Amino acid sequence: MSAATIFGLCAAAAVGLGLYGLITNPQPLRKILAFNLLGSGVFLVFGVVARRGAASGFGGDPVPQALVITGIVVAFSATALAVALLLRLFQATGSATLRAEAPPRTGSDATAA
Amino acid sequence: MIPHSGPVLEAATTGGSLLVLALVVPLVGVLLAFAAGGRQVERIALATMPLGLAIAVAIAVVMGQTRAPLVYLLGAWAPPLGVALRADGLSAVMMAITALVICAIGVFAHADFRTPAGSLEARAPFAFWILLLAIWGALNTVFLAGDLFTLYVALELVTFAAVPLVCLDGRAETLQAALRYLLFALLGSVLYLVGTVLLYGAYGTLDIVLLSRRVHPDAATLVAAALMTVGLLAKTAVFPLHLWLPPAHAGAPAAGSAVLSALVVKASFFIVVRLWFDVMPGLPGFTAAQLLAGLGGAAIAFGSIVALRQERLKLLIAYSTLAQIGYLFLMFPLAFNAGSAQLESGGALTGGLLQTISHATAKAAMFMAAGLIYAGLGHDRITGLGGVARALPLSVLAFAAGGVALVGVPPSGAYLAKELLLQAAGETEQWWWAAVIQAGGIFTAGYLVLVLAHAFAPADEPVTLQVRVPWTREAAALALALCSLVLGLAPWEAYLPASRAAPSGPLVLKAFAAAFWPIVGGAVLAVLLGRWGKRLACAPAGFLVATAGPLRRAADVVGRIIERADGTLRQWPAAGLSLLVLAILFGAAMLPAR
Repeated sequence: MSAATIFGLCAAAAVGLGLYGLITNPQPLRKILAFNLLGSGVFLVFGVVARRGAASGFGGDPVPQALVITGIVVAFSATALAVALLLRLFQATGSATLRAEAPPRTGSDATAA
Repeated sequence: MIPHSGPVLEAATTGGSLLVLALVVPLVGVLLAFAAGGRQVERIALATMPLGLAIAVAIAVVMGQTRAPLVYLLGAWAPPLGVALRADGLSAVMMAITALVICAIGVFAHADFRTPAGSLEARAPFAFWILLLAIWGALNTVFLAGDLFTLYVALELVTFAAVPLVCLDGRAETLQAALRYLLFALLGSVLYLVGTVLLYGAYGTLDIVLLSRRVHPDAATLVAAALMTVGLLAKTAVFPLHLWLPPAHAGAPAAGSAVLSALVVKASFFIVVRLWFDVMPGLPGFTAAQLLAGLGGAAIAFGSIVALRQERLKLLIAYSTLAQIGYLFLMFPLAFNAGSAQLESGGALTGGLLQTISHATAKAAMFMAAGLIYAGLGHDRITGLGGVARALPLSVLAFAAGGVALVGVPPSGAYLAKELLLQAAGETEQWWWAAVIQAGGIFTAGYLVLVLAHAFAPADEPVTLQVRVPWTREAAALALALCSLVLGLAPWEAYLPASRAAPSGPLVLKAFAAAFWPIVGGAVLAVLLGRWGKRLACAPAGFLVATAGPLRRAADVVGRIIERADGTLRQWPAAGLSLLVLAILFGAAMLPAR
């Protein structure tokens, strides 16, 4: 098993765990953390893809590395925005769940997070 | 739409620097406004708007003369080493409409988001104007980006600027709606990013033109295409991935809802079009296109029925957006050419794009009108709208004009779009989509009739307006609605493929013929499914509602079931599972194309 395969499998595991957490966890903070785990998995895939360049004698393809830096910046800003919203929500309601959404109608439309 | 060969796409063209201006001007506005702060923010935003509009018009004019895409190479490095900005006909049209809608929203929002006299800086105006300019810059980036990674960054910028618009008033439920929107949008964009990296790994480039020449159906490409499509669908809020849209669009302030519904969802839709028509026209194949339009058809039926059962006007419009988004996806199977097994940029694509811009203008106008009615009455309960047509005639007229334009009355853009789509359905022998297209028009007429019947009903007591509604705000809404009504007359053949001349002959007769059956059908739907107050009992509508009693009870059962299904689908686990199932389905549907 080559290094690229091992990294690829790790990336797949991180993506899978992140997806699971993002979909099933009702707590927004855990969803944010799961999103970061999912993002890390994807960035690891970028690293694996960068090994493509190694065939032609380079240490690695620089383009995915440039992309991954941009990706990390975007994920960081997204996390910051989500945490800021969560803090405002906590200040406004005293709880940090998405349980009761802006109810269009009570009863049939009550939606859990 | 981007031609797939020819040297012109790898060299900068004259007028290419206009593309840079289109990106830079709104973003410079953001930075200046951020640095200046206070009262300067709205001045800078309002000064940027005519400038941006002029640039969008200039791009359209240059393209109308040269009839060729505009290209700008950043740092004069050609792809795959460098990054290119490209504007084809689709980009030019979308940019012009975006500029128009943003300017109208600027006029409309001027009264809502004014820094109050006596205070140095207020939070809501400061945020609103900066976010509006940021959305504009990000949307222009989406329309001009020449490679998939720039599209990713632009898509994220649109989301980051759109999410705070939802919760500008800081109420708890809008904060929740914003957080929901952000988290689901992030899930969608991560899937898009996975697809991007897989494509880079397979082909060594992300440039749209270079990719379109190299792409071939192997396993990695199929997975990438399925993941990217589903990620973008989640961001566009296609049924059943719409959990974030109704609370976000209904909770935002009126100007914010107009931006979100008219423009923001179109960004990810535009990328789906880029991906399917420009990057990989041969990959999706017949089955995947049917699946995509099937989701659209389900969205039309589902969104419209739930919309008709809403109690509040803004939620009704939000759910109708869901249905209208579904309508946009009907063009994909109609563009499929069975002979070449490819999606072709022809009449169906033109029809879909015309529907996109008609919806952008009309829906912005309808949200603005609803905002004015809300401000005037102090509520937006549909059964309490009686007498509002007398109190706010211009707002109701704007709402009606926007609705009529969307139903597809000549010479509106939606009429031309419907004609082109029906023609494509005839040519490709897919009669079932023709039926869905007609049903879409009838459902649209349904909520128009429902709202207007209430608005024109006499009031119990004379309506007293809570606030004075300035005529400039009503005029902004009305102008956009009228613009949507005459979009069919514009010279689209310079920008869009296989466009047709404007409808000729006696226009009034044609308008009547085109509107008659949808409005009759819509009235029936509204009577069956709508909510009717007791007050209408004496009006003709009230008589109809009373006569249709047993049928209404049956329709009520159907409506309840669909509403309950909506409640279930809008929960996180259900939406997440639908997302994964759809990704697998799209992957499987693309397999036979190999």
